[in-house]
Formats: sequence, C-alpha cells, structure tokens
Amino acid sequence: MDDILNLITGHFNYWMVIVLMMVGLYITISRGNLVKKIVGLNLFQSSVFMFYISMGKVSGGTAPILTDNPDEIYSNPLPHVLILTAIVVGISTTALALALTVRIHESYGTIEEDEILEIDHKTDQALDAAENEAAN
Amino acid sequence: MQNALVAQLPILQIIVPLIAAPFCALLAGGNRSWAMAFATSLVTFAIAVSLFLSVLNGTVISYALGGWAPPLGIEYRIDVLNAFVLVIVSGVGALTLLYARASVAHEVAPRHQGLFYTALILCMTGLLGVTITGDAFNVFVFLEISSLSTYALVATGADRDRRALTASYNYLIMGTIGATFFVIGLGLLLMTTGTLNMADIAHRLVDGGDSRTLRMGFAFIVVGIGLKLAMFPLHLWLPNAYTYAPSAVSAFVAATSTKVAVYMMLRFLFTVFGFSIPFEVDVMHYLVLPLALVGIVAGSVVAIFQDNLKRLLAYSSISQIGYMLVGISFLSHDGLMASIIHLFNHAVAKATLFMVAGAYVMQAGTSSISKLHGVGRDMPYTTAAFLVGGFSLIGVPLTVGFISKWYLVQAAIAEGWWPVAALIVGSSLLAIAYIWRFVEVAYMHPTPTGVIRKEAPLTMLIPMWIFAGLSLYFGIDASLTSQAASRAASGLIAASSLIWQ
Repeated sequence: MDDILNLITGHFNYWMVIVLMMVGLYITISRGNLVKKIVGLNLFQSSVFMFYISMGKVSGGTAPILTDNPDEIYSNPLPHVLILTAIVVGISTTALALALTVRIHESYGTIEEDEILEIDHKTDQALDAAENEAAN
Repeated sequence: MQNALVAQLPILQIIVPLIAAPFCALLAGGNRSWAMAFATSLVTFAIAVSLFLSVLNGTVISYALGGWAPPLGIEYRIDVLNAFVLVIVSGVGALTLLYARASVAHEVAPRHQGLFYTALILCMTGLLGVTITGDAFNVFVFLEISSLSTYALVATGADRDRRALTASYNYLIMGTIGATFFVIGLGLLLMTTGTLNMADIAHRLVDGGDSRTLRMGFAFIVVGIGLKLAMFPLHLWLPNAYTYAPSAVSAFVAATSTKVAVYMMLRFLFTVFGFSIPFEVDVMHYLVLPLALVGIVAGSVVAIFQDNLKRLLAYSSISQIGYMLVGISFLSHDGLMASIIHLFNHAVAKATLFMVAGAYVMQAGTSSISKLHGVGRDMPYTTAAFLVGGFSLIGVPLTVGFISKWYLVQAAIAEGWWPVAALIVGSSLLAIAYIWRFVEVAYMHPTPTGVIRKEAPLTMLIPMWIFAGLSLYFGIDASLTSQAASRAASGLIAASSLIWQ
C-alpha cells in the first residue's frame, strides 16, 4: 500500500503530465471540429511543457541567479530554456492552424470535419456528372 | 581570408538561406522573389558540395556555434552521411526552383508568390539544419522550421483546389503530434544523460545501462520520427498533402523531407542510441521490419488503383520509404548502404516524376490519368522523363532503382532472410502494374479529339531531365554514390555498439 502511495505522490508531476497529455491527444483525435482539435493539440503540447519544467526543478533550489551564498542550490535552467523555444514553436503552430481554419471556413462555410468531407464528395460527384454530360 | 571563409562554411550553409528568406518576401514579386530564391539555392548548393568534397575522405568537421565548445554549446557536425544528405537537399532545392518559375506562375496566385518562395527557402533551411546539426534539441527546432513552412506551402495549393487547405490542416495536426512525441523523447533522454549533444549522449549511454526511462525515450523518438517519415501506418497525412500541394512543392517535399526524416532515424538509431540495449534491436526486428514490409506492399497495391497521377506517386513514396526502413532494420553494413543509396536514388526518381506530373498539370490542365490519353505523343520529352523515373521505381537495370534494389536484396540474402529478399523482388511487380497503367494510357491510346497539349517549356524540361539523367548516369556508374553510402554506413556502424554484440 505504501509503495502505491509512494508511486502516486512521489511522481505526482508525471501523473498530471500523463493525464493532461492523454486528454489533449484524445480531444485531437476524437473531435470533428477543427478549432476543438487545435485546443486538444495545445493541451497536448502544454503537458510536454509541464514535463520539461517539472524535470528541471531541484527541491529547495532557487532560480539560477548567482548569489553570494556559496551553498545555494539552484534549479536546472537548461530544460526551462529549452521549453521556451518549444513554447514559441507551439504558438507558431497554433497561429498557423487557426489561420488555416479561417481559410477553410471562408471556402467551405463550415469547420466541422464530416461536413467538409460531404461537401468535397458532392463537388466531386457534380464535376463527374458535368463531364459525363459534356462527353455525351 | 579564404581560409577564414572556408572555416565558416558549416554555418553559412544555414545562415545564407535563412537571411535570404525574408528578402524573398520583401521583393514581393513573382520574378524578383524567384531570382533571389534561385540565387540563394545555388549558393547553398555550392556550399554543400564543397562540404561534401572536404569530408569525403573521412574527416569529420566539427563547428562550435558562437565559439562555445561542445557539449555545452551547439555543435554542427558534418561527416560523409550528413554531407551527402546536404547535397541531396540543396541540389533538389536548386533544380526545383529552376522548375518552379513556370509551374508556380501557373498554379499559385501572383500575390502569394513572394511569400511562396520565402516559405520554400525556409523549408530548405529547416531541412539543411536538421541534417547539419549535432545537437539533439536543435534538430527539433529546425524540424519545426521546415514543417511549418511545408504546411504553408501545401496550403498555397488552395489557389487551384481548396482541398489543399484540409490536407495542410491534417498534415499540421499529425506533424505536430510527431514533433511533440520527438520532444518528449528528447526530454527523457535529457533526464537519463543530462546532455543534448548527440555525441555526448551516445558516449554516456554506452555505460549507462538499461532503464525504463531510456526505453520510453527510444520509443517516443522512433514514433515521432516515424510520423515525419510517413512510416506505415503513420502515413495518413502524406497522400493528400502531396496530391493537393502545388507541383513544385510536391517535387521538393517528396524528394527531400521524408529523406531527411530517414536521415534523422539513422542518426538517432545508430549515432545516439547506438543499440546499446537489446530492446532497441528487438524494436527494429520485430516492429520496424514487419511494418516496413507491410508498407511496401500496401503502398504499391493502393497506388495501382489511383486515378490521380500525383496521388499514385504519393502512395508509391510510402512503399519506397518501406525499402529504406527494411535496409535500416537489417542493422548491417550492407543494409545501411542500400538504404543510403536508395535515399539518393529515390529522391532523384521522385523529383523527376513529380515534375512530370506538374508539367501535365500545367499543359494538360490535369494530373488525372483518365484524362491523359495519348499524352506521350503530345508531350514526348516530358513523358520520356516519366519513363526513366518510372523504370527506376520498378528497378529496371540501367536505372538507379536497380542499384538500390540489388544492394537491398544482397543485404537480405547476407542475413539469410530469404522471404524478405523474395518480397523485395516480388513487390517490384506491383510497381510495374502502377507504372504500366500510366504508360499504356500515355502511349497506346489516341489523343481525344479537340484536346491540344503543348510540350512543357524548357525551364521545366531542363531540371526534369537533369534528374532523369542522374537516374541513368548513377544507374550505369554507381561508384560515386556507392562509395559515399558505403563510407557513411561504416561510419554509422562504427559509432554504434553493434560490432560488440
């Protein structure tokens, strides 16, 4: 029993990361609404940010700024710096995805995946019919 | 002065296109942006060739970014393998840009063209960066530079067909999931080793032993790269993205981005992880190899039933990527060499074929096979280039495709895996089926009355035939490519722990 409790409390940050990650991934895969998919993707990416940030934490450590105390314990700044880059990448991805969604809405009039597929299917059929008519 | 410049070549390889990219946007005109982009790509290609020549004898160039010595600073590390890939990427980039001028003027709206060339140059920068860097996190940053610009490039196909938008959106979702998986893997690696420099990670993993964190990191990285290289069954983004992207983009992306992903796979498997734990070998033998074989067959079978030529080529790409993965999963010198040769050979053949498809889109207004009856007589030079590329996909002797299949089958037999060898040969029959379908339509059927098609302009024919010529030249005399591939394979094997197992 103590082992299980330890597993949960000792790795609390990882459990939260896993929960957030799975929620995000599930939304991305299961939702048909293009904006909701982006929300899911953002959650998924945020979980990775949390993962890196918690990884760099040293218990009792302060921000890695040089102080006069030679025994000062610092948190590891490297994962934090890395994830700043990844956050920037995440923002660009979200911006691009939203821009695409706007363009899709402009040309289809909807952002529901199944409706878009249906519209494409109908356009194809109409084109085929027009060609057959022209051929006859 | 000259020496100082030569010493800076590794960084110039990235900086030149990176700085040129915004200027392409500022010039804001189809022709001016194109001239800028083309000039940039020529300079980039020249740099790549000079780097390749200086590492061909086996020296390794290590360039410390900003003077910060590795492993603390970011290192650019160039050996035969990356230099070879750099030449492929920048060479395909230069020739695609030559081709792009006429094709893009036809397929992309004038107001998008300046930004189009910017994105194309940025995409090339990203791919070159992934290849040249020796820092694991730097790979992720460059990977996303190239991926984000590819999504934008695919979406510009919406000027012709709005389905490019949804194709680009789906590619974005899947590509981002892949990249994020890759970052998770890197995080786990960082936790295990505390460093990001590839050589340093490898060094620490050798005596680090097995751990669950390491296995998880390996799994995440393999799946992440697998999404980027369209490994079956993670290929779902690829057919639509290649079909609806502007033709120049299809040619460039098909010839380079999956190849760079294969390079990443090689680099991480052999240089970084180095098969220091048995788990990694098992993954290759029991997961990657079967999936690659299924991908070879499934991709070819689906390709047989496609009407759109670009979609047919996209499915054929999935099957050709399977060959490269099979070569890697042998974990032997011969298998790796076959993979690396095929990386070059497939880039050359696919660039030719997508350029031909683009020429049809421009001159016949369609890439649908059922509307291209008799095109072989109307556009003889273009269609002849298709024949060369198509034969290379099948693996007909005197084309590069034969060389790579020859090495691949030899490697399979050396391992004693006869069924794999038989499957590689047998799958060529499927390639004959889908290539022949188009050849029959193009040559055996008369042109429908009232249809007028002109031969493609010279600016499209020249790059197309340079690629076709390379397919033939290296199909007859493969000494240069096989020498480079053999050295690259030896380098990879030497860096890994495979010898001691």
